[in-house]
Amino acid sequence: MTKTRFFFIAPLLVFLVMVGYFAIGLTKDPSVLPNMLEGKPVPEFSLAPLQGRDDIGFKNTDLMGDVTLVNVFGSWCVACLIEHPFLMAIKAQDLIPIHGIDWREEDRTAGPLWLKKHGDPYTRAGDDPVSKAAIAFGVTGAPETFLVDQKGIIRFKHVGPITEPIWRDTLQPLIEALRKEGAS
Amino acid sequence: MTAELGHFALILAMFIAMVQATLPLIGAQRNMPVWVELANPASYIQLALTTFAFACLLHVYLISDFTVVNVVQNSHTDKPLIYKIAGTWGNHEGSLLLWVFILALFGAAVALFGRNLPPAFKARVLSVQAMIAIGFYLFMLLTSNPFERISPAPLNGTDLNPLLQDPGLAIHPPLLYLGYVGFSVAFSFAIAALIEGRVDAAWARWVRPWTLAAWVFLTGGIVLGSWWAYYELGWGGWWFWDPVENASFMPWLAGTALLHSAVVVEKRDTLKGWTVLLAIVAFSMSLLGTFIVRSGVLTSVHAFATDPTRGVFILLLLAIVIGGSLALFAWRGPQLKGSGLFQPISREGALLFNNLVMATGLAAVLLGTLYPLFIDVVGGAKISVGAPFFNAVFLPLMVPMIIAMALGPFLNWKRGDVMPALARLRFVAILALAAGAAAWSIETDGPFMGVIGIALAVWLGGGVIAEVCERIHLFKAPIAESFRRLNRMPRATWGMSFAHFGMALAIAGMSGAGGWKVESIQTMKPGETITVSGYDYRFDGATSSKGPNYSVIAGSFTVFKDGQEFTVLKPEKRFYPVTQMPTTEAAIHTTLMGDLYAVIGDEEGTDGSFVTRIYYNPLVVWMWIGTVVMMFGGALSISDRRHRVGVPQRSKTPVIAKPTASV
Repeated sequence: MTKTRFFFIAPLLVFLVMVGYFAIGLTKDPSVLPNMLEGKPVPEFSLAPLQGRDDIGFKNTDLMGDVTLVNVFGSWCVACLIEHPFLMAIKAQDLIPIHGIDWREEDRTAGPLWLKKHGDPYTRAGDDPVSKAAIAFGVTGAPETFLVDQKGIIRFKHVGPITEPIWRDTLQPLIEALRKEGAS
Repeated sequence: MTAELGHFALILAMFIAMVQATLPLIGAQRNMPVWVELANPASYIQLALTTFAFACLLHVYLISDFTVVNVVQNSHTDKPLIYKIAGTWGNHEGSLLLWVFILALFGAAVALFGRNLPPAFKARVLSVQAMIAIGFYLFMLLTSNPFERISPAPLNGTDLNPLLQDPGLAIHPPLLYLGYVGFSVAFSFAIAALIEGRVDAAWARWVRPWTLAAWVFLTGGIVLGSWWAYYELGWGGWWFWDPVENASFMPWLAGTALLHSAVVVEKRDTLKGWTVLLAIVAFSMSLLGTFIVRSGVLTSVHAFATDPTRGVFILLLLAIVIGGSLALFAWRGPQLKGSGLFQPISREGALLFNNLVMATGLAAVLLGTLYPLFIDVVGGAKISVGAPFFNAVFLPLMVPMIIAMALGPFLNWKRGDVMPALARLRFVAILALAAGAAAWSIETDGPFMGVIGIALAVWLGGGVIAEVCERIHLFKAPIAESFRRLNRMPRATWGMSFAHFGMALAIAGMSGAGGWKVESIQTMKPGETITVSGYDYRFDGATSSKGPNYSVIAGSFTVFKDGQEFTVLKPEKRFYPVTQMPTTEAAIHTTLMGDLYAVIGDEEGTDGSFVTRIYYNPLVVWMWIGTVVMMFGGALSISDRRHRVGVPQRSKTPVIAKPTASV
């Protein structure tokens, strides 16, 4: 290959190497990408109960013993409303316990009212007006959902509303795998 | 209904683009004038349809139609009108629509203003434009539809990120996109040239005004973003080497290199392959920039996981456009043989040196920007490459380039001599050293880079003035003769002088602000006074009030200089209840020597004390003035009559190898 020929081919080669790198890297394991808290135990927290809900609050030790979802929501959050019917469906079919963190309510009655109006999918729920638990979980926005295993270890974090494809392709397989892992 | 009409217009536009991408190309290849002529009307129809689609999105924003997801997520009824408009493009889907709209705009502009292009070449250019458009239409329609509905419709929207509710940022994306998309024209010209296997002086002359236009817009877009960061983020900084900033800087570097190498192609018939490659790279970087900002790919690979369809589509699109054009380059490029030979020390040599530095700088920025992603992909820790890396790599690269920038215009084409050029610049050199020494003596323990920067600014600025004097034979010929020469200087030459001089001003600004910034953070009681850089700031307390969609705490400082009242600064801290986000509005008093910059923070205790931050940012205003001068230079160069008058003649030499297949 002559020198000039190489000059014309080199850019393509460089580009192909880059594409190859990304393609391999991204297909490796696209569902479980590293997250700061994934693989770590749930941070310690203890939240007051939501008003009007006969509940004893919500704390990190509640998450031991079962595969669970922890869902961060708020009455002010429009995307939570989009996600909400799906959570209700999960509850109706009793697929997995969902615990709620009612995040950054200016008015303490807003969250409970919202649940009353739209339905309450949560097994346990805690009130987190000043982001105590949210900061510990590293929540960036609502809705955000954490998958926690039997030992209280965060295994997956989903940012944004849970949708049918996300449930089907990511959450459900992961949950089944975790349950098997726990049983064996 | 409006949303559906917009959606429909987009689908229609895609089919038009499909026609435009194929028939004119085949027509040009097989010599069928009827098919070739399809390119023009297709471009106009595409523009009409995308304009209509964009108007539809604008309409649903203006009437706050919360049955459209996009409006819900980015708007609110209380939002001021200008930000309802800006909200249209302040999000992923809407910005893509703006992108295709601008692409159609440029396509129609080529169809309209490209009358002096050979019909077959123009048809190929427009076909390539349409291919790019198809990729974007598909991306929007399949993964990012701005017109998607939501049911049940929420009562109100979630509002636009308040940081973006700012006049500067409202027009920043359109300017930036005019730059990004503008490079698509240079790209299409390059691809068309590769298909024809011919690049000559006429080609370089055609491509130059389009590249210049893109460059002017991109420069404006970058500076506007930088200016916004300066006054809105409240840290007195203006460039953070953040991935988003780098994303806009990389096409700028490639585009700047392209402008200079196109000159060599036009004047000296050489560096052809390199110039074509730069055109491809400039647009590739623009595509990368578009997607980096909007997809969040660079901040985290997570973006791919949370929305795999988009991520995969983006990767595919980038692979096809960039990989395809580079493959074409590898295949057809070797046929672009230049005829001009030159010595290393010559005008061409200086321009090539500029190109190499720009390319190296680009590679460094690209590496630093992508590196965290590489590490993330292989499952390593989350790392970030910050300012120290970029400053250490990029700034030293710029020093020799700026030295050469003043010298280059003094060198002859083909073979230059560096000694006479240096001799003509000796006074400028002495002046530059003196300026550096003066800057150093004011503050001997100041940063060394700042001292070098001031010296370089004087060197470059002086060099530009010396070059103009030389050109008009000032003091060597009678003054009337000098005036005659000044009058007859082509606009393109003026453009270069202005752009280079603007660069000198900007370097002075960057050196001052980067080198001698003074920062003071403290808690202040009302009535308390603090001195920063010779100015006494008296804190007069803060008041609360309400804006249209936010609450505000406004502080007040009375600034005294030598006991005289100098100015009053009123920084604000705003809180947007809908998004629950605070923003800072810095108060800035600009002087030619430096900016007085005050920010108010949180309240401390109960006696009306506040955390305050006071900065003195030397010479910042020259950065803004300098870039405006650079843009003016670019615009002046576009208006040069040789871009408009007379049909550039293609070289008589036959096409070296006959094109055999359409690509």
